[in-house]
Amino acid sequence: MSDLNRLTIAEAGAALRKGEVTSLELTDACLAAIEGAGALNAVVHGTPDKAREMARAADTRIKSGDATPMTGIPIGIKDVFCVKGVPSQAASRILEGFRPEYESTVTQNLWDAGAVMLGKLNMDEFAMGSANENSCYGRAVNPWKAADGRELTPGGSSGGSAAAVAADLCIAATGTDTGGSIRQPAAFTGTVGLRPTYGRVSRWGVIAYASSLDQAGPMTKTVRDAAIMLGVMASVDDKDSTSADIPVPDFEAALTGDIRGKKIGIPREYRVDGMPAEIDLLWQKGADMLRDAGAEIVDISLPHTKYALPAYYVIAPAEASSNLARYDGVRYGRRAKLGQGDGITEMYEKTRAEGFGPEVQRRIMIGTYVLSAGFYDAYYNRARKVRALIKRDFDEAYAQGIDSILAPATPSAAFPLGAMDQADPVQMYLNDVFTVTLNLAGLPGISVPVGLDKQGLPLGLQLIGRAFEEGELLNQALVLERAAGFVAKPERWW
Amino acid sequence: MSITENEARKVAHLARIAVEDEALPALARELSGILQFMEQLNEVDVEGVEPMTGVTPMRLKRHEDVVTTGGMPEQILSNAPDAREGFFAVPKVVE
Repeated sequence: MSDLNRLTIAEAGAALRKGEVTSLELTDACLAAIEGAGALNAVVHGTPDKAREMARAADTRIKSGDATPMTGIPIGIKDVFCVKGVPSQAASRILEGFRPEYESTVTQNLWDAGAVMLGKLNMDEFAMGSANENSCYGRAVNPWKAADGRELTPGGSSGGSAAAVAADLCIAATGTDTGGSIRQPAAFTGTVGLRPTYGRVSRWGVIAYASSLDQAGPMTKTVRDAAIMLGVMASVDDKDSTSADIPVPDFEAALTGDIRGKKIGIPREYRVDGMPAEIDLLWQKGADMLRDAGAEIVDISLPHTKYALPAYYVIAPAEASSNLARYDGVRYGRRAKLGQGDGITEMYEKTRAEGFGPEVQRRIMIGTYVLSAGFYDAYYNRARKVRALIKRDFDEAYAQGIDSILAPATPSAAFPLGAMDQADPVQMYLNDVFTVTLNLAGLPGISVPVGLDKQGLPLGLQLIGRAFEEGELLNQALVLERAAGFVAKPERWW
Repeated sequence: MSITENEARKVAHLARIAVEDEALPALARELSGILQFMEQLNEVDVEGVEPMTGVTPMRLKRHEDVVTTGGMPEQILSNAPDAREGFFAVPKVVE
């Protein structure tokens, strides 16, 4: 078999179990692909020795007949997950040198299932960003290039994960999604990204950004792979007090391809000003595909959609300012060099000034401001009330019998690296306009590649599901994937 | 709502992030821009709405108030920039 790194989880798993290929061969193919893809800057801490060791163990396990669907599958891990003994720094200088003494629940679940770790993947620092340009490792690059040859962003914050999957450096990758950080990069790279329901996947050992919004999920080449991988990542976990006590179903079994009679909502408020005609057309095409498969398309209203972004950019920084208070140069990571007579306050202030990048500093300060005396009610509490109204919008839509909601994933295709360098921070935030709403409501969402724009760049659509109904959501995504027949791959230049 | 240089200095200090005086005007401008964006929230009628504390209606889990793990000082200290004799070390706090 050639190009083993191009396989999906389902294909590779079948070949492994039939004995047509070994995990070591599969792993070596991925390691070779990573070796040749330095220009993408997707893999930031390779773990080739660990990968081969895990692959050998997986091969032994497969021979003994004890294989799971993920056994022997080489994957990449976003740098935000703590992996014991492996650098885990959420792309921040402040965690330089940090090697966790413990394992995140998600990665532990993956290793228990026999998955193989290839390395840590690039991201925006502390998952704050939409272009993977806020990283202590430097920018990750999209394997897709603009028609004029300019390098593009793979999106963010899980930009390294998306680039690695799209360029076949790994079979699949983990991501996290606080405001769209799985779905937007997936849409920018022609891959599939699933953000599960809040509470479905344990947050234990995932370096926190905004705890009421963070959720880890799979980034894969196909919808089926997302179903397989979510089944392994998800668990009920005593170590995370917000982990939901709901059994993890067989998501792959839900992929029947039958969506007849399902009601799919089209929210009119998502038709934002200045939305490119191509995105609108894609959205209509997507609705037609679902209708052709027997679903009923219904217009719905989510009246508070417009306020999701400002509410998010109050709540997420507020939680971040509190979560990131732990980086003080005392317990882990970096400590600034101190001058003569510097006390503990100078140590904190210098350490945090040189350890955090500009966007992280900005969000910490905004968060500090909206939580400070005198502004708490005006900003933070008001945002939490608006959040309640946003969730109510969804509750009401679902109460009317809607099964899921179809919307664009992003307001554009991938944009050139550096395009936002001179923009003010708010312009970058607008990228999240279609994705943040469901994070505020705790709902699952999936981005599926559906077409190419006139430049030949991938565009994605997003399906938003009911809480804890990822199986049904994945099934609808499968229908969209099949109808779209998206098979385009980036031309190799790296 | 716009933020003055003095307020920016205060916020930076509360956040324990050192900001040079020359950087304060730009910081104040940026923070003001972001806050202005948030002003949109004032258009929403939130009368009688309870602020959301969590997205899932479930009650936070409780567990027995007992020690379940521990006894690993070396592991706890292994990542510290400065650890001595089983403690985290910091600059002198009390004169």
